[in-house]
Amino acid sequence: MTTTDNGVNVQALLDAREALKGAPEAAQFTWRATSTWKNGVHSTTTIQNFFGLGQEQSHKTKTEFTADHPEIFAAEDNGITPIEYLLVGLAGCLTAGVASVAQNRGIQLRSVTSTVEGNHDIRGILGADSDVRNGFNDVKVTFTIDADASREEIEALVAQSQKRSAVYDALTNPTSVTVEVA
Amino acid sequence: MSQRVTTVVIGAGHAGLAASHFLSERSIDHIVLERGRIANTWRRERWDSLRLLTPNWLNRLPGHAYGGPDPDGYMTAGQVADFIGDYATVTAAPVRENTTVTSVRRTDGGYQVCTDEGDLDCVTVVIASGACNAPVVPECAAGVPDGITQLTPFEYRNPGSLPDGGVLVVGASATGVQLAAEVRRSGRPVVLSVGEHVRLPRTYRGRDVLWWMDATGVWAQSYDEIEDLARARRLPSPQLVGEPGTTIDLNALTGLGVEPVGRLAVIRDGAALFSGGLRNVCSLADLKMRRLLAGFDEWAGIGDGPAGFEPTRIPAAPRLRLDLRGGEIATIIWATGFRPDYRWLDVPVVDEKGRLRHDGGVVDSPGLYALGLPVLRRRRSTLLHGIEDDARFVARHLAERLTPRVVA
Repeated sequence: MTTTDNGVNVQALLDAREALKGAPEAAQFTWRATSTWKNGVHSTTTIQNFFGLGQEQSHKTKTEFTADHPEIFAAEDNGITPIEYLLVGLAGCLTAGVASVAQNRGIQLRSVTSTVEGNHDIRGILGADSDVRNGFNDVKVTFTIDADASREEIEALVAQSQKRSAVYDALTNPTSVTVEVA
Repeated sequence: MSQRVTTVVIGAGHAGLAASHFLSERSIDHIVLERGRIANTWRRERWDSLRLLTPNWLNRLPGHAYGGPDPDGYMTAGQVADFIGDYATVTAAPVRENTTVTSVRRTDGGYQVCTDEGDLDCVTVVIASGACNAPVVPECAAGVPDGITQLTPFEYRNPGSLPDGGVLVVGASATGVQLAAEVRRSGRPVVLSVGEHVRLPRTYRGRDVLWWMDATGVWAQSYDEIEDLARARRLPSPQLVGEPGTTIDLNALTGLGVEPVGRLAVIRDGAALFSGGLRNVCSLADLKMRRLLAGFDEWAGIGDGPAGFEPTRIPAAPRLRLDLRGGEIATIIWATGFRPDYRWLDVPVVDEKGRLRHDGGVVDSPGLYALGLPVLRRRRSTLLHGIEDDARFVARHLAERLTPRVVA
């Protein structure tokens, strides 16, 4: 009946939701990245394998990410700043959510763009003021969406995508992090 | 030696008594067991100022309607208890008070119900013991520093019974917003931790919002037509208070000086850490409320869009961290929901989340039934007056089980 096609296989996601309700073990995933220091504040991180559905899994290809800092940080600027990768993650996750929710609600998307801004007081990481935190003070995402839907329906898409976003949750809620030396 | 009876009804609240009404109508002999007094929860397990969220004209039980002088008012908890008590009297329900069920188990012919006042053997059982037998407190409460008073809605009575100092209210459903408002009015600083919630105005276009929900058929929706039934059944109670014309949404609370923060995520090193997602849970609630009101307008043929509601106002930078050791907070009130208690039920019909497995009140064990749970057969099952259709259905199903139909 519906001709909506945002390229999301919603049925597969709904089927997975049903299947995993009775199999919480299979729902346990571990995402993995491997990082190597190059020089200065320049490092590369590769991602290929992860664990899920009870076994080792692999992306089709290995992806390499370069992290560095800009020249105004007295660095070589071989790649983006690590904290900017958080913006990449948030944008990618929320956009995927918008597309999935739109598909599920029968809303045809024509274009979805967003800008993600993280406001950051770098006195924290420099140790210049102990009252300033290291991370973002706040993050603002602005979506521009062209779709066969009212403004209110589009606002609802964006709200629902936040509600089901892994990266939004990881940024807005505390997460326990363990860092150790092997 | 066990006493024999056809049906045992567990709980003498509105649900158990409505079941009794329809069982009597069908001449099915039964006993209603009540651990305390009739309408016990309303008498003993709620705070002083609590009033019913439904207006009086809507409060009816099978064959028993509100007959008082204030149809648009809201009953106090005590008045609800009396209303239910009067119903037990007029229906001459066979209630056995001060009788606590200790176990229910299957037997060859039906069920054995053990109580602290002796055992009963029966063919069928109606579980009407309520949906809110115990407060739910999140696990992170274990991290609250010593010296902070912690209360659930079962223990809280009124602001006067709190120690001096600031209060953190966790949860913004009906309970949380009502307690936050009255504690704030007592002069104490109040921080309210807000997760997903249901925003509603008390009145819309001059009528009680529950009038609209009744008239437009929102509550008539059947459980098997609801897309996500599990979600509908666990939906938090709406931000309402039983005070004529009084809306108690977050804008009203911030107007009183209550400070909203995000959902409580964890308590770490003596500090409460809140989600940075407050803005989105408020957006979701605003969008859902507007959709509901737009549906009312559509039903009424009013085309100019939902009237008069501004978006939820949120502080520019809601606090993400609250030091519980610094003296700012003296009390935490856990308004984080309630759950039923089925520890006495020795029949494998409770799921891993502690909820009864049932299909519209027919429990997954022959001859076992449930009444008085949220969205049991319709959305209105959650409310007092929703019990009539549900209890009639269950009594009929139960009767058919006792007397198998003759196939012509």
